[in-house]
Amino acid sequence: MKDQILKFFKKIEPDKQKSPFMHTLYDGFFTFALVPNSVTKGKGVHLRDGMDLKRTMTMVVIALLACFLVGTYNIGHQHFLALGQYTGLMEGWHLKLVHGLIKLVPIYAVAMIVGLGIEFFYASKKGHGIEEGFLVSGALIPLIMPPDIPLWILAFSVVFAVIIGKEAFGGTGMNVLNVALLSRVFIFFAYPTFISGDEVWVSGLEKIDGIYQSVQYGWAHHLFDSIFGWFDAAKFGAGGVAVMDGFSGATPLGLAAKGGWEAVTQVYTSSDMFWGLIPGSIGETSKPFIILGALFLIGIGIASWRIMLSMVLGAAFAGILFNAWGATPFMQVPWYDHFIMGSFLFAMAFMATDPVTAASTSVGKLYYGFLIGMLGILIRVFNPAYPEGWMLAILLMNVFAPLIDHFVVQSNMNRRTKRAAKATAA
Amino acid sequence: MNNGAWPLIRQRPFQILADVKEVPVNVFISTFDSAPLAPNLNLVAEGRGTAFQTGVNVLNKLTSGKVYLGLDARGKEAPSSVFTQAANVEKYWFQGKHPVGNVGVQIHHIAPINSNEKVWTMGVQDVITLGAMFSERRFNAERVVALTGAELNKPQYVRTYMGASLSELLNGNLKHDHVRIISGDVLSGEQKAPDSYLDFYDDQVTVVKEGDYFETFGWLVPSMKRPTVSKTFSNFLSPNRRFEADTNTHGEKRAFVVTGQYEDLLPMDIYPQHLMKAILVNDFEKIEGLGIYELVEEDVALCEFACTSKQPLQKILRQGLDMVHEQG
Repeated sequence: MKDQILKFFKKIEPDKQKSPFMHTLYDGFFTFALVPNSVTKGKGVHLRDGMDLKRTMTMVVIALLACFLVGTYNIGHQHFLALGQYTGLMEGWHLKLVHGLIKLVPIYAVAMIVGLGIEFFYASKKGHGIEEGFLVSGALIPLIMPPDIPLWILAFSVVFAVIIGKEAFGGTGMNVLNVALLSRVFIFFAYPTFISGDEVWVSGLEKIDGIYQSVQYGWAHHLFDSIFGWFDAAKFGAGGVAVMDGFSGATPLGLAAKGGWEAVTQVYTSSDMFWGLIPGSIGETSKPFIILGALFLIGIGIASWRIMLSMVLGAAFAGILFNAWGATPFMQVPWYDHFIMGSFLFAMAFMATDPVTAASTSVGKLYYGFLIGMLGILIRVFNPAYPEGWMLAILLMNVFAPLIDHFVVQSNMNRRTKRAAKATAA
Repeated sequence: MNNGAWPLIRQRPFQILADVKEVPVNVFISTFDSAPLAPNLNLVAEGRGTAFQTGVNVLNKLTSGKVYLGLDARGKEAPSSVFTQAANVEKYWFQGKHPVGNVGVQIHHIAPINSNEKVWTMGVQDVITLGAMFSERRFNAERVVALTGAELNKPQYVRTYMGASLSELLNGNLKHDHVRIISGDVLSGEQKAPDSYLDFYDDQVTVVKEGDYFETFGWLVPSMKRPTVSKTFSNFLSPNRRFEADTNTHGEKRAFVVTGQYEDLLPMDIYPQHLMKAILVNDFEKIEGLGIYELVEEDVALCEFACTSKQPLQKILRQGLDMVHEQG
């Protein structure tokens, strides 16, 4: 098996001089299929740990898989819930799943093709191997987008995030800002109507004469309809169904900003919010699966528990402080309920823990996480235009992470200087 | 010292030959080696108590400070009475995983080296040789050397001499030819041609398989026979599991991405990753401030082994040490 793969790759190897881009591409796939036969140098360590960056990144993607599955299903579930059809969780599951996939697959494909394309290009230009950073960024980006995001906007945002955010700084390992969040913040500021407000979080709806109704389904839905026809299963139909009475499409945070916790609980139950059966970005709604992913990452030692823990503490601290103050309805939202609204957990598990953009010292990580937790709640509660804070809080702390590290490292240096001074004096 | 014992003494910082004109602040001797497959120094010291004690006494005369012994408190085996009964020394007990037996780590916890200080370190066998010069009146170049590694038919201790010929030591003991012969341990030793010789300070020969093979989807498989500190392999569930060591790098070199990894493996109050980066950009103030004086290659060897990005930490550190040394 291995010999056959090796033979196959040797056969298709493009010429390095003639077509460097193709060779980089080839090298990327080759090292993906077969870990190279390189050995350690004659001096230095002779054994190397079985761990490498490909594996690190793959583990994060594995931790995200559950979010992908639930997210996909939830896209469909929310769509039909808005229309008042198949309101039971498992009713019409094939329609929900297919609708979710029809939304998610193009988003994932665009993010990956655009992002990896740019990575490949830069790798071939700089003459180094393809670095694995975008595997995770490319998996995170679809999960933090609204399901109806226009693909051209998504493509633009990925181009911006990868080129300006990462390659300009030297590629994987060198970026200051979290690439996935940068792509989202780009949309947030450049195309705000597509990513904020109440209207964007449920897919496949459009407003005609002031009333929401489902869009006319496209060819993909029709294709699946004909497949479902063979099994006598329920079909999508043509579309154009009006939403059920009282549908608002608002997210819990949007409601909380207006009327506090009471307004939220009128529409969503705590358990719905916990299990993630609410409108929102694709991957961030389902808390149990995010927690599962977070525990997995902590368990195998990939993500920093320090950041996660201190971020929870920071958020709780800010929440309790606001509870005590209580000037607006949003401030009165019980602090523990902040954890199941919005994308706190997702940001904690997968965004703040990015080792490249987080603080790199153990002590620094504690400060870093705590400040993100506090700032996130602060922005969530006070920002009138957009009641969610994690994206901005994390990006802000990304910028400050080197400063935090500087103080930690400096204190280590000072300790040493003091010790030397003492030794000289004695 | 005219008898040739001087090179036995090594000076830190920089891990160099001791300066004849300098009086060392302290002298440190680690009495156990925690590196993989390292020789058991208790065996080595057996019956050489007088020579060891004489060596220690000589060292006491040469330093302005004290002679420190690092003793093994890991509990597997009590240190030899040669060490525990030694007089005129300060004894410190150390417990933990590798690199706890490294004298550098022990120095850090006993009396850390400051930038303006010089200390000496010596191996147990070197102290014995030094002592024997005074008690037996001859330069005894005898060494007990451990022949180790899974590719040997018969791993064993041999009594030989400094700089022994590797081809004689390993004669007929190799399982096959596709191996790497290392003078020292697998983490910080040096590769040797089969017909060359043991390094001056080394008391161990390790033979490992060359790992020049491809591995299908090696980055994905959950459990392997590879040695690892990462919990992404199920190996951590069975700590006594046997693994197969070879020289494959298990991945390609990358930029520094993962953080906190080195700090977990180096039991010293030092930020290795920041130090490495400072060396790479020639930031002198930081290099000195972050404690390069306290480190030599073997101390960061375990970090290099575990490094996800496959960075050559020992090489970078030596580059930094040379740079600082040159600048005086």
